[in-house]
Amino acid sequence: MRRRDILAGFGAASFGAVPFGAAAPARAAGPAAYRRGNGADPETLDPHKTSTVAEATILLDLYEGLSTYGADGDLVPGAAAGWTTSADGLTWTFAMRPDGRWSNGDPVVADDVVHGFRRMLDPATGAKYASVLAPILNAEAVNRGAMPVDAVGVAAPDPLTVVIRLAQPTPYFVELMAHQASTPLHRPSLARFGDAFTRPGHLVSNGAYVLKDFSPNDRITAVRNPHHRDAAGIAIPRVEYIPTPDLAAAVRRFAAGEIDSLEDLPADQVKALKARFGAGVVLNPALGVLALMVNVRKRPLGDARVRRALSLALDREFLADAVWGETMLPAYSLTPAGLDNALPPPTMAGRDLSPLEREDAAVALLREAGYGPGGTPLAVELRYNITDNNRNTMVAIADMWRPLNVATAFAATDAKTHFAYLRDGGPFDIARMSWLADYADPQNFLFLVESGNDGFNSGRYANPAYDALMREAARETDLAARARILYRAEELFLADLPWIPLLHYRHKHLIGPRLRGFRPNLRGVSPTRWLSLA
Amino acid sequence: MSPSPSGLAFAEASLLARARRRLLGDGLARACAALLAVVALACLLGPFVTGHPYDRLYYDYPGVPPSLALYPKPEAVGPALDRLALRMRVRAEDVAVTGEAVRLTLASDRPIDDRVLTFFSRSDTFGEARLLGRSEDGRRLTVEAPLRALRFLAGTDALGRDLLTRTLTAGRLSLALGLMATAVALGIGVVYGALAGTLGGRVDAAMMRLVDILYSLPFVFFVIMLVVFFGRSVALIFVAVGAVEWLDMARIVRAEAQAIRRRDYVRAAEALGLSTGAILRRHVVPNLLGPVVAFAALMVPRVILLESFLSFLGLGVQEPATSWGVLIADGARSLETAPWMLIVPASFLVASLLALTLLGERLRDALDVRG
Amino acid sequence: MIPYVLRRLAQAVPTLFIVVTLSFFLVRLAPGGPFDLERPLPAAAMENLRRVYGLDQPLLVQYGRYLAALARGDLGPSFSVRDLSVAELFARGLPVSMTLGGLALLVSLVLGTLLGGLSALRRGSALDHAVTTLGTFALTVPGFVVAPLLQIAFGLTLHWLPVGGWDDGSPKNLVLPVVTLALPQVAVVARLFRAGLVEVFDRPHWRTLRALGLPPRTLALHGLRGAALPVVSYLGPAAAGLLTGSVVVETVFGLPGVGRYFVDGAINRDYTLVLGTVVLIAVFVLVLNLLSDLACALIDPRLRDFG
Repeated sequence: MRRRDILAGFGAASFGAVPFGAAAPARAAGPAAYRRGNGADPETLDPHKTSTVAEATILLDLYEGLSTYGADGDLVPGAAAGWTTSADGLTWTFAMRPDGRWSNGDPVVADDVVHGFRRMLDPATGAKYASVLAPILNAEAVNRGAMPVDAVGVAAPDPLTVVIRLAQPTPYFVELMAHQASTPLHRPSLARFGDAFTRPGHLVSNGAYVLKDFSPNDRITAVRNPHHRDAAGIAIPRVEYIPTPDLAAAVRRFAAGEIDSLEDLPADQVKALKARFGAGVVLNPALGVLALMVNVRKRPLGDARVRRALSLALDREFLADAVWGETMLPAYSLTPAGLDNALPPPTMAGRDLSPLEREDAAVALLREAGYGPGGTPLAVELRYNITDNNRNTMVAIADMWRPLNVATAFAATDAKTHFAYLRDGGPFDIARMSWLADYADPQNFLFLVESGNDGFNSGRYANPAYDALMREAARETDLAARARILYRAEELFLADLPWIPLLHYRHKHLIGPRLRGFRPNLRGVSPTRWLSLA
Repeated sequence: MSPSPSGLAFAEASLLARARRRLLGDGLARACAALLAVVALACLLGPFVTGHPYDRLYYDYPGVPPSLALYPKPEAVGPALDRLALRMRVRAEDVAVTGEAVRLTLASDRPIDDRVLTFFSRSDTFGEARLLGRSEDGRRLTVEAPLRALRFLAGTDALGRDLLTRTLTAGRLSLALGLMATAVALGIGVVYGALAGTLGGRVDAAMMRLVDILYSLPFVFFVIMLVVFFGRSVALIFVAVGAVEWLDMARIVRAEAQAIRRRDYVRAAEALGLSTGAILRRHVVPNLLGPVVAFAALMVPRVILLESFLSFLGLGVQEPATSWGVLIADGARSLETAPWMLIVPASFLVASLLALTLLGERLRDALDVRG
Repeated sequence: MIPYVLRRLAQAVPTLFIVVTLSFFLVRLAPGGPFDLERPLPAAAMENLRRVYGLDQPLLVQYGRYLAALARGDLGPSFSVRDLSVAELFARGLPVSMTLGGLALLVSLVLGTLLGGLSALRRGSALDHAVTTLGTFALTVPGFVVAPLLQIAFGLTLHWLPVGGWDDGSPKNLVLPVVTLALPQVAVVARLFRAGLVEVFDRPHWRTLRALGLPPRTLALHGLRGAALPVVSYLGPAAAGLLTGSVVVETVFGLPGVGRYFVDGAINRDYTLVLGTVVLIAVFVLVLNLLSDLACALIDPRLRDFG
């Protein structure tokens, strides 16, 4: 850094940015902008490099995939007007909208989609979410660098047609096309600005909004895209995404009317928030699970009876209500209810037993395994990444295990250490694990513990019968039959409990009095396009 | 002329005696010392007296505000029984609450297992239940259970743990950390500074250059990295913090040592051929007592505040241990909903730090050689 | 004096080098990397990212590259804010932090000397005790407690000021953060200034000067000169801390300064960002210490030991 520049900047800032006596902009009196609380700042506005939920919120406003999300979070046609599937489920043909426009007026054509996919899978892009396109033929090989980018199974036979060939049938493929990462690419701006195409002023997008300003850790401003086919129907002309690194402070700003909505709430305050804001507090089921991952290679945790005993002793209702302030639901299955292409999930054994019977069953199971009250104490280490709620959850769990003569030690680390430790196969006992699904399909939960999925399956669960069922489901084109196979796989999971599901996530919203049209949904998406301000 | 060892001892003794006299005559200093003693004693002995283990979760009482009243409150007995009955899969009928006990009938469509009575003693509301009678078919049990009398003077936290006990237990750790880190900083700083100041010349220049470099290392970054490395061991972190915090100490000690070295009697001692070690021991160290003690007293609060900052970042002391910093960081987050979670630990922290700081300043004045 | 300044600046280069080297290896040896996420990346994606950022090279090569770039004034791309370089993040955040820190510095200087001066003049009075006690109190209450209390009092209850946000530096948005930042500093400055004045007053020659009946202005100037020294030498490092931002204030008030990058960078293992902040802070510390030494020399000629 050059000192002179810094000092010059200081001068400019203290005299330029602080006009004492000047009237502050009157923003409290009903600004036209929707000030949308949005968790953290995005790491990037480049859709092909995206990875976080906060980015999804912004990118789904800025961009539109072949499909996109409707007002209820349902899947509706986006850049494509419609699509057809071949009988074997392997070829998808998307018809582009003839009136699709980029924010500078250029037409959105099939080649934009093809190049978007190629860029995302190109190893040089370094896309964190390249796996969204994994079902496409050759996508994984291209991303590994084993094939050239034009080997991807996507083609544009004419400007209004995209043909995608898949490696295997993928019933949730339409949902993948709505993901913020599978967006088309405006090639001229990439050619002109390179990676800087995401800057305000450079960024050309095809969604309902277009980027206006990006001030890190302050706010991101987007305005209505005048060329969007539905521009006349978009009620909110301007939206500001405001990062909320301190949730308690964010709630204060909400209470003062400085923020119109929040997408996360401090769990320990939910009851008080309900009393204060009434119907403004919206909690609804989400696509996620919080679980304890067990290292099944370690004795005696490799014994399914021990894992079942540990699971039986948990009071999930207390965790959900007291620790998480009802922002979570007790989980008795891996998959949450309400998924597409799925039967209602099976439930864990013992759910309907009284607590006493549960404890008896747990003690009996542990005794069989050679532990339990009066026997050898079972010593386990609970490994978690530090947050207030994680800490309280783990403390409560250790307390619930105490009657089983389980001595729990804690290994609390910062997040990076925690995740790196699990990734590198560190010798843990039991670790906190959470998963937020990308699409509402049971496969997106059940694949987590397939053998060979070393990224997630750090407990190294390996059950050939389970793997066989997962492979069978992947080949099955009949959706009802596939749902039954996946159900059987989850039953196996619940008998073995390589992960002990604790809680299912809920979406948490705080909706201000000005905001209209918000509709809670399982996917937790509410594009600004469908909202309005009173 | 060099002062004889006995003469030196006399000077030392008179300095300490004068300091003691000054401190004892100072009402504020006495009050601060008394307050510190009370807090320290409370932290040491309090957790044995409060009647709650610091890590006991009362599932029936999460987030209870401070009060002198006994729990359960009479109006809470009914709902607690209903919850209990639900867990036992029975119905609670004919409930009669007296002052200290509850009498009721458990009813079910199936014969009831006696063992359900253990639920009473396991709950936080009732004590051991007694079976008074059983109907013929075993579907109705008449039961009496004493009410458990619990008192949460400072309320409970989100998991229903007694906040007073936790605050006192936390105080042990916070004070211990403060003392430990200070001791380490003191040890390194005094030795390093005294050496540099006494040896002087090139050695001194090189040693102080190192101090300058370490000064420009961003301290918070350093501490965060230490936490990442040694996260499992709080003690180690604070030994490390002490190992970083010695810089000021070294500077102060060096300056004093230099000043002392210039004094006539030290020069004389040198001329008489006393070794450096002896000069250090006899002249430099005693003179340093004042500033060093005062600095140490002021450093303890700084370390405790540093720990609370780390807790704000989520990097503080980890379960099952707890510290004032952790409790305050928790409390600051639930300021609107459970203000006592902030007020209780914060008043202990502020009172102790206030006393320590004021006492440190008085101590510095009292030990001032010039005064 | 100019040769002295040049020599101090020249000394700063090896200092910076050592600081950067130490920090580089410290942060690189920490467990976990910038791409270890809650959702583990597929092996191929991880490979690609590491290659894009040059993390696949041996550590010493990366170190050499970083130093070479740094020598050119290039702080590198950020790992966690992929759209902006570290230098761009600083260019946007630094004016914010410096505005807040500069104002806090100003407030603490004015208020601190005022309170310190008054209590020195009325030693032992109720005012003196009040300043000492309240000052100690301000020093012992952590900022993350003060900030929410201010938000609740002035934002939510009285509705005088916004609870948070930057709003392009609108004066209303600056008040609460500046107060939070200045509070402990006022206390320190007041204490140092008072102690300095008291020491001057107690010197034998001060009594002589007074006895000689010098005009009050001369006396005041003389007293100020002695008392300003500890304040000025404290302000050097303190200003470096204030001007480079505060993670607590920026997080609680939601301000776009650089103070958060420091902690966020370390926690996220954003190697370039954290090293950039280390360099930034070290430069501030070195420069401001130099300035405060020069100011001290200006105040007290005996300290003009530029030899």
